[in-house]
Amino acid sequence: MADKNNAALIDDIKPINKVTFKQRMLSYKRKPLSFVMLLLVALAALISAAALVFIIVYVLVRGIPNLTPELFALTYNSDNVSCMPSIINTVVLTLLTLVIAVPFGIGAAIYLAEYAKKGNKLVKLIRTMAETLAGIPSIVYGLFGMLFFVYALGWGYSLLAGAFTLAIMVLPTIMRTTEEALLTVPDSYREGSFGLGAGKLRTIIRIILPSAMPGILAGIILSVGRIVGETAALIYTYGSATGYATGFLNSGRSLAVHMYVLTNEGLHTDQAWGTAVVLLVLVFAINTLSAFIAKKLGTKKG
Amino acid sequence: MDKFIIDNMNLYYGSFHALKNVNLNMPKNKITAFIGPSGCGKSTLLKSLNRMNDLVEGCKITGDIKLDGTDIYSDMDVNVLRKKVGMVFQKANPFPMSVYDNIAFGPRTHGIKKKSELDRIVEESLRDAAIWDELKDRLKKSALGLSGGQQQRLCIARALAVKPEVLLMDEATSALDPISTGKIEELCLKLKDDYTIIMVTHNMQQALRISDNTAFFLLGEMVEYNSTDAVFSSPKDKRTEEYITGRFG
Repeated sequence: MADKNNAALIDDIKPINKVTFKQRMLSYKRKPLSFVMLLLVALAALISAAALVFIIVYVLVRGIPNLTPELFALTYNSDNVSCMPSIINTVVLTLLTLVIAVPFGIGAAIYLAEYAKKGNKLVKLIRTMAETLAGIPSIVYGLFGMLFFVYALGWGYSLLAGAFTLAIMVLPTIMRTTEEALLTVPDSYREGSFGLGAGKLRTIIRIILPSAMPGILAGIILSVGRIVGETAALIYTYGSATGYATGFLNSGRSLAVHMYVLTNEGLHTDQAWGTAVVLLVLVFAINTLSAFIAKKLGTKKG
Repeated sequence: MDKFIIDNMNLYYGSFHALKNVNLNMPKNKITAFIGPSGCGKSTLLKSLNRMNDLVEGCKITGDIKLDGTDIYSDMDVNVLRKKVGMVFQKANPFPMSVYDNIAFGPRTHGIKKKSELDRIVEESLRDAAIWDELKDRLKKSALGLSGGQQQRLCIARALAVKPEVLLMDEATSALDPISTGKIEELCLKLKDDYTIIMVTHNMQQALRISDNTAFFLLGEMVEYNSTDAVFSSPKDKRTEEYITGRFG
C-alpha cells in the first residue's frame, strides 16, 4: 500500500533533468547533421523491421488458408501431400543429428578451452579450420555426404547419412560457441574449485559446464535452426521419400525438403505455402522454448 | 611447533626471479602476516603453499616447502594438499549456485554424500564463519545475491567446510568495507585456535591488529621476519622501518 502511494508521488514529480521535445528540436536546429543522422538510422531500422514483417505476413496470408486437415493427414499421398511425415522426420533427424554432434562439439571445446595449452599451434589450426568449415555452403556438405556416406559407405539415401552430414555441418558452430562460453567463465571459479581440492574433471563438470550452459545452449539452438531449415545438404543424403523414415537406413524428407519438392514440382504451390507456415511456427516454437530454457538456467545462475 | 617450513625457496616466472632464497618457518595455530609493497612476491609465496602456482604457465620453483614435515611438491597429492591448505581469495568468488551448494561443494568433492552429514557440515561451517544467523533462511538462494562482505565470509565458510589445517588468506578483506573487515578479523582471531592462518595484507594496521608474526617482503626478498610486535616496534632492517612508517611503498 505504501509502495503504491510512493509510486503515485514519484509520478507527480517534475524532474529538472527531463529533456523536453522542444529542447531536443532546438538542439537539432543547432546541429542539423545530427538530425539527418537520426533520420537515416531510424529509416534503416524501419526498413529492416518492415522487410521481416512483410515476409512473415506474406507467408501467413498465403499459407493459413491452405492449412487444411488433409495437410496433416497421417499418411502421405499425392492428393493430400500431407506434411505430417516430414514434421516427424524433421524432429527425428534433428534429434539424431544433435546426438551425434553435441558430444563431439562440446568435448572438442572442453579440450580447446580447458586442457590445451594457451598458444598451442594445434589449437589455432583447429580454430581456423572450424571457422572455415562454418562458412562453407551447405551444398558442399551435401555433396560430401552423398559421395562418402551414401555411396562409399553404402548407406544409401538414409536418415543416418542425412544426420551424419548435418552433424558435420553444425559441429563447428557447436564447438566454437561452446568454446566461447567456456572462456567467459571467470578463472576465479576454477581457482575456487581447485582451492577446495577438486580435480580438473570435477571442476569442469560441476562448476564450469553449468556456468557456461546458457552459451552452450545458444550454440545448440543455432544448430537446430540450421538443421530444420536445411535443404541442399539433405536432398542428396536423406533423400526425399514421402513416408516416415522408420529405420536408420530409411530415406525420408524433412519439412524444408518437402516444401522444396512441392514448390519444385509446381503442382502444389498452395500446400507449399501451408507447409511454410508450419515451418515458421516450428522455428518460432524452438526459439521461444530455447529462450525460455536459457532464461531458466540464467536465473538459476543468479 | 612449525606447520609450514620453507627452505631455500626460489621462484621464477619465465626469466623473472620473483622470490629469492626464502627461508621461513610458520608456527601452528598462529596468524602469520606477509606484508610488503605490490609486486614484492608475497601473494606468489602464499600461492606456492597450496600449489595454486601450478596453474601459472612458466612458473618454476626450487627449494623445499614442507607441511608437517612432508614435502608438498614431491610427496603429496596436490588435491590432498589443497584440502589441508584452504584458500580465501582477494575477490570473493562464490560459485553460481545456492549458498548450501557452495558450502557442500568441498565436502561432496571429498566423498561425503549423506544429506544429514552435509546439513551438519553446512551449518557448522557457516556458524564458524559467523554468518549462520544471516544466511540460515536463505540457504537455497543463489550465493551471488549476497553482499560483498557476506560473499567473502561465505567463501571462508566454504574453505572451512573441507576441514583444512591451514587457511591462506590472500588480501581477503581488501575489497570490503570496514565493518565487514572487522567481522573477518574477529573471525580470524577466533579461528586460530583450530587453524593455522597465513595472510597477505596491504593493510599494516590489520597485520598489527591480528597477526602473531609478520614477514616483510621487498622485491622478491624476505627482508625481515619476527613477532609482529617486534617488527612494528623495533624493526631491525632500515627498509622495514621505512616501509612501516610509510616512507615508501
